[in-house]
Amino acid sequence: MRRLATYTRRSFLLVSVAVAGGVAFGVWQAKRTLPNPLHPGAGAATLNPYLIIDQSGVSIIVPRAEMGQGVHTTLAALVAEELDVAWDSIRVIHGPAAQVYYNGAALKAALPFPDYALTRFQERLRAMTDVVPKMLGIQITGGSTSTVDAFDKMRQAGASAREALKAAASSRLSLPISQLATDSGAVITRTGLRVPYGDLAEAAAQLPAPDVRLRRPADWKYLGKSMPRTDMLAKITGTATYGIDTRQPGMVFATVRLSPHRGAMLSFDAKAARTMPGVQRILNLGTGIAVVASNTWLAFQAAAAVEIKWADAAYPPNTEAIFAEIAGAFDTEPNSTLRDHGDVDAALTDTVVEAEYRVPYLAHSTMEPMNAAALFVDRHLTLWCGTQAPVIAAQKAAEAVGLHPEAVTVHTTLLGGGFGRRAEFDFAVLAARLAQAVPGVPVLVTWSREEDMTHDFYRPGAIARFAGGLVQGRAAALSVRLAAPSVTRQAGLRLAGIAGFGPDKAMVEGLFDQPYAIPNYHVQGLIADVAVPIGFWRSVGSSHNGFFHESFIDELAHAAGRDPLEFRIGHVRPAHEPSAKLLEAVGAMSGWSRPKAPGTGRGVALCYSFGTPVAEVIEVIDQSGEIRIARAWIAVDPGRALDPGIIEAQMKSGLIYGLSAAVMGEITFGGGAAEQTNFHDYDALRLHTAPAIEVRILENNRSMGGIGEPGTPPAAPALANALFDLTGIRARELPLNKVFSFVK
Amino acid sequence: MAYALTVNAQLYRVDLPAEVPLLWVLRDALGLTGTKYGCGIAACGACTVHIDGVAVRSCQVPLGDVAGSVTTIEGIGTPGNLAPIQQAWLAQQVAQCGYCQSGQIMQAASLLAEIPEPSDAEIDAAMQGNLCRCGSYDAIRAAIHDAARRMRAA
Repeated sequence: MRRLATYTRRSFLLVSVAVAGGVAFGVWQAKRTLPNPLHPGAGAATLNPYLIIDQSGVSIIVPRAEMGQGVHTTLAALVAEELDVAWDSIRVIHGPAAQVYYNGAALKAALPFPDYALTRFQERLRAMTDVVPKMLGIQITGGSTSTVDAFDKMRQAGASAREALKAAASSRLSLPISQLATDSGAVITRTGLRVPYGDLAEAAAQLPAPDVRLRRPADWKYLGKSMPRTDMLAKITGTATYGIDTRQPGMVFATVRLSPHRGAMLSFDAKAARTMPGVQRILNLGTGIAVVASNTWLAFQAAAAVEIKWADAAYPPNTEAIFAEIAGAFDTEPNSTLRDHGDVDAALTDTVVEAEYRVPYLAHSTMEPMNAAALFVDRHLTLWCGTQAPVIAAQKAAEAVGLHPEAVTVHTTLLGGGFGRRAEFDFAVLAARLAQAVPGVPVLVTWSREEDMTHDFYRPGAIARFAGGLVQGRAAALSVRLAAPSVTRQAGLRLAGIAGFGPDKAMVEGLFDQPYAIPNYHVQGLIADVAVPIGFWRSVGSSHNGFFHESFIDELAHAAGRDPLEFRIGHVRPAHEPSAKLLEAVGAMSGWSRPKAPGTGRGVALCYSFGTPVAEVIEVIDQSGEIRIARAWIAVDPGRALDPGIIEAQMKSGLIYGLSAAVMGEITFGGGAAEQTNFHDYDALRLHTAPAIEVRILENNRSMGGIGEPGTPPAAPALANALFDLTGIRARELPLNKVFSFVK
Repeated sequence: MAYALTVNAQLYRVDLPAEVPLLWVLRDALGLTGTKYGCGIAACGACTVHIDGVAVRSCQVPLGDVAGSVTTIEGIGTPGNLAPIQQAWLAQQVAQCGYCQSGQIMQAASLLAEIPEPSDAEIDAAMQGNLCRCGSYDAIRAAIHDAARRMRAA
């Protein structure tokens, strides 16, 4: 438990642990080289935790969850760039769960500093947070951190291996290293002799890993280019293996039915279910039941046939009462004031604009429903699952079945979508418990879509109250108070049994850290204590705060009688020039200054999240009284673009994810249960309702940022602002289909 | 009861109740996991297969009602021998998480068989039942046009 006791994803608590940690554990602990967990068989060698080389070629270990964001391509390219291997020859595997694969960037975002204006001291403090994930073995894919974390260490792995292979060739050929080069998986001599890496790997593995200077970007062959994705061929031929596709000899197929009130089960009657076809076992899980059967569908049928009495929910029974509790937080002491510039009250004198915004709870609704497979045999547990946090999944599964974490092996499969949902571990724990009940038999536990949607860790509902002051057409003051349940605290409780303390940065990110030069600026976060299960949803706090902040900026622009794009540029340029350039770019791409066709509306939004500012313009068209989201333009500045094709795909993906939620996403509660159960009542944009999208990538920002999440926050406000432009109606609540009628 | 089933030109015998949907026969009994479960109510298209060349949601077809020859994603092309539509999906780098793509490809293949050069409006009409939570729609549309070109050239 020690390793978990201090872990939460983004809590400020960890910052103090990080700083203290370097002292408490000593320099040796913080600096020591972690063991390589790879143990290849005969004829294969590993030179470092990222590489296995054998006669058939090079396998690159990418220890991050591939959930669509392209990480198995871009991280592999980091190694391949330095190693000199032909792109189409490499194999990419996720590899085991291990401490060495810690995500050193995971906690950088926990520090409550705005990324756009870091001081040197703040940068040094951020760099120190690397030590915590390292010592705790936090192997996590999240927070748009994978490339930032891997950028140096995986290039170093490739470079160091290359030099070791050259050193091995030098001994074998009795030639000085200076006369050797590398190309396409071989060391080559000046006379044209080629020695494949496979022939040198075992000798090279015995040599100390050389410390090598990394290649200059100008010399890159793969990085900076759009590489063919390493997972594409499998995904278009039905041969990619997701968790739900795990098959083992003798496997049985199971499902679960847990309390829709997220609490205890009072009683159940499985008489009818027990005799249904294919049913092998019905298990009491305390919070629900599980059915083990010969076929997943037969398990679904039997689970539905069990009669169950549930205990009441620990949260208010319906949406209205839940939001009353959230609003109640406005009367409590603020948890944070992470931006407190000037004197807002004194500046709210001339033109004052006030508004209240709110957003609903949201489900992740990954295409692949939650699932995991497990085998319990001889006090060892094997797990197969799509997880964003394999070390945590192993620890929690071990705890649930009374094993040491070392007695658990995790095989991380491909993920049919993650969006933060698969950073949880509930699906892994359930599979472990079922496997323990049928020892020696591999069991795949698949959740029905209904079970998935009603047992999510939702994006919380939130309310924001703004006041803004205008003086001579400029924003002189902006004050916002944000009330919401705290994802960080709930996740801390689930993971470590402690809620954490100190300011919760995640709930106010997207509000306090935006690059606007407004002299009097005040941002407060207020935590509502609501027990509805909530979790990390693509872009986390920025998912709601982007909508709040950028809608309100739009209100200020209109109140000032200014063009919303020009108004933004005027306030952003003094704070962060690269963000101003993005606004200019989307302006040019969308033809913002040109007259619009009748029945057309345009909106713009900017949000700086996960180290990457993104500006978006959306154009809507009134089609006989129905709204069509016709086109979208995105300008993004990730500092350094490692793979433009993947960045473009992630921007489009983030936009569509944000728009889907903005148009129609809403989880409501009634009788203590989530009321939406499947895609018929929790839908998303489809091919025919999605806009045509153009993306432009700029590289002016001073450090590299993330890509998986930053496309999402500007989507909702850009759309809402476009609808205001078209109709004059200001939507201050999502989803927008409550007020507007969209083309279906 | 045992049923005879032709899938990807191979004959199978399956001993399952008549009401088990084809999707779960393919996945759990035959080990053909390329066809995906997404919703079970014909709302997402992830389970799309062909029966005698026509795209159907396999989650809605009970085993006892399967009359005709079934083709799944595994049956239209393999990693070593891609069908033209898969070549287009590869060229356009369509997949992100990829979970919905078997269904997208099977739906698009059926569209292209019916309309060899579909317009954007025809693509809209044919593909709206196939959900993609990664939002790969732009790329899907481009790949369908690309596939039409490849199939014309072939």
